[in-house]
Amino acid sequence: MNSHVTVAETTSARFSKYPVDGLAGASFKPEHFDAINGDSAFAGFLEVHAENYMGDGGAPHRLLTAMRERFPVSLHGVCMSIGGQGDIDADHLARFAELARRYEPALVSEHLAWSTHDGVFLNDLLPLPYTAATLERVCAHIDQVQQAIKRPILLENPSTYLLFEESTYSETDFLDEIVERTGCGLLLDVNNVFVSATNHGTSAMDYLSEFPLEHVGEIHLAGHAEQDDGEGHKLLIDSHDGPVADAVWKLFEIVISQCGPIPTLVEWDNDVPDWPVLRAEAAAARAILDRHAQSYMLGRRHA
Amino acid sequence: MSTKTIVSAAYVAGAVAAALSTASLVTTTGAVAQEKEKCYGVSMAGKNDCAAGPGTSCAGTSTVDYQGNSWTYVDAGTCMDIDLPDGRMGSLEPLDRDLPA
Amino acid sequence: MPDSGHESAFSTAIRDPYVPTPGGVISAFGGVPAKRFDVYRNNVTVSLVKALAEIFPAVSRIVGEQRFADLARLFVRENPPKSPLLFRYGREFPAFIESFAPARSMPYLADVARLERAWLDAFHAADAAPLSPQSLAAIPPDNLPIARFVAHPAAALTRSPFAAVTIFHTNREERTGQRIDAGIAENGLVTRPGHDVVVRSVPAGTAAFLNALLTDDTLAEAASKATAEDAEFDLSAAIGLMLESGVFAAIESG
Repeated sequence: MNSHVTVAETTSARFSKYPVDGLAGASFKPEHFDAINGDSAFAGFLEVHAENYMGDGGAPHRLLTAMRERFPVSLHGVCMSIGGQGDIDADHLARFAELARRYEPALVSEHLAWSTHDGVFLNDLLPLPYTAATLERVCAHIDQVQQAIKRPILLENPSTYLLFEESTYSETDFLDEIVERTGCGLLLDVNNVFVSATNHGTSAMDYLSEFPLEHVGEIHLAGHAEQDDGEGHKLLIDSHDGPVADAVWKLFEIVISQCGPIPTLVEWDNDVPDWPVLRAEAAAARAILDRHAQSYMLGRRHA
Repeated sequence: MSTKTIVSAAYVAGAVAAALSTASLVTTTGAVAQEKEKCYGVSMAGKNDCAAGPGTSCAGTSTVDYQGNSWTYVDAGTCMDIDLPDGRMGSLEPLDRDLPA
Repeated sequence: MPDSGHESAFSTAIRDPYVPTPGGVISAFGGVPAKRFDVYRNNVTVSLVKALAEIFPAVSRIVGEQRFADLARLFVRENPPKSPLLFRYGREFPAFIESFAPARSMPYLADVARLERAWLDAFHAADAAPLSPQSLAAIPPDNLPIARFVAHPAAALTRSPFAAVTIFHTNREERTGQRIDAGIAENGLVTRPGHDVVVRSVPAGTAAFLNALLTDDTLAEAASKATAEDAEFDLSAAIGLMLESGVFAAIESG
């Protein structure tokens, strides 16, 4: 990196403001670039993990720029450590804000999780206890992020494998409070709902009925893996390495039938298949969105 | 030792002129145009993801690998084709002293 | 209310498998949540090992996947990432390889790793047009000896007593059946003249020349250092290579 060099691309080209309403999308993987370019029929949106585009230049930005010229893009941060005890990393936040400015994403999201402690990055979305103290901290961090990017974010519910004794809020109450205090929206990951409910022996339907659905701006779907916890209980892993499970599709359809066609993204991060497979998952989500779009509008008219 | 006494201005200017006159110099714009297609389809190294890994496997929890014990076994690898200057093969030799106690 | 300390307990136990599952974490079903906690341990360690395998594919191929994973796991425990950007991870990995006794029989390995790390830095480096032949042609001949150059953001030079560049290419391109004499010293020049990162081997004189220019010597100073290092040094060819490979982005003014 050389500080004497003035990068020629500082005057950003303005992109079209593609709406994302009612659309389904898929994770953007650079290895799919050619396939997506050759797929003139795909009319969804693409989501990227913000961190992978935080380099100074080169192929990642070239590919993302080309994709953004054709599609709405969702900017999904995976390691802001919003749920962490430490301060938000100012450099990281500045890079995130720069991406939000440069690519004019239709959606911007992050996780209710932490990943950095004491300057060390633990590359995972780690869980936090839901207490008055953690609530305050999470809200302060979200305020800071929203000020930096000058727009609200969507906060994603996590997949968790264990619970904290000291938690005093349910996850849904905790999220509800966050929305109330910060004005952020929510990214409802239906697979995470199913994974966590299974892992903690609770009902995914109960969770959804307590979830502040009116604040959901995006939905995530993904595949999970099934293991056991060594104590005789099923333990689901949020592996993003396969198709969306039938049970998750069912929950998704219930949410959409209640809320209308919320932009929905299918994530696939491990054992990534060829583009047509990912595209077919997005098409399946889109079919459900379309099916309920009409009845939802009718329902609204009657309301 | 002054460098100026070794390399004359005329020598430098002459070398630059010779380099610039070489017809085979690929111009930047030409090089970029040529590679436009093949550079795509790249898979990024060192990606950040939000997916979970191998779950409850012992891949990340193992304590027995502490001494790097797989390194004490000789097995296949391209290192077998790499010759070292002193005639040793670049392959792995069992290192008893690194075995876990 | 003071912090519960769940983070430091979690963080310590994730990084050290000898540390027991932290207190205060529970399973809704009761019992020991050890295996549940191990999911997080696995996620962190395995994903970092995987990131290193992606960043150092030639090293991984040379030593084999299993051995690489073991080496990487040791590295991860001693050198966890300090940045959340994984494409920046592993800068200390080449030195770690050097210090790793079982890898002593492959003394070239660390230099191959240095090239791989430089490759990824070049991949993510800022965009800049390489210095054009026209810009060089525009300098009055009398000013050429005192010209200094601004490095292209992607440019890097590695020097090795081993055939690091040949070993790098052979393994990144997954070639087989080739016998490599590791004892031939190779200097690796990493650049990104267009879209793609290019890694090539350059002669000792050219390496000395480019290294001098990259450390802000003038053209004449660099040429004399190169001649001192390598009597065969061909200045004209080196300037040609410098332009073609895009080592520099501009000529320093003044």
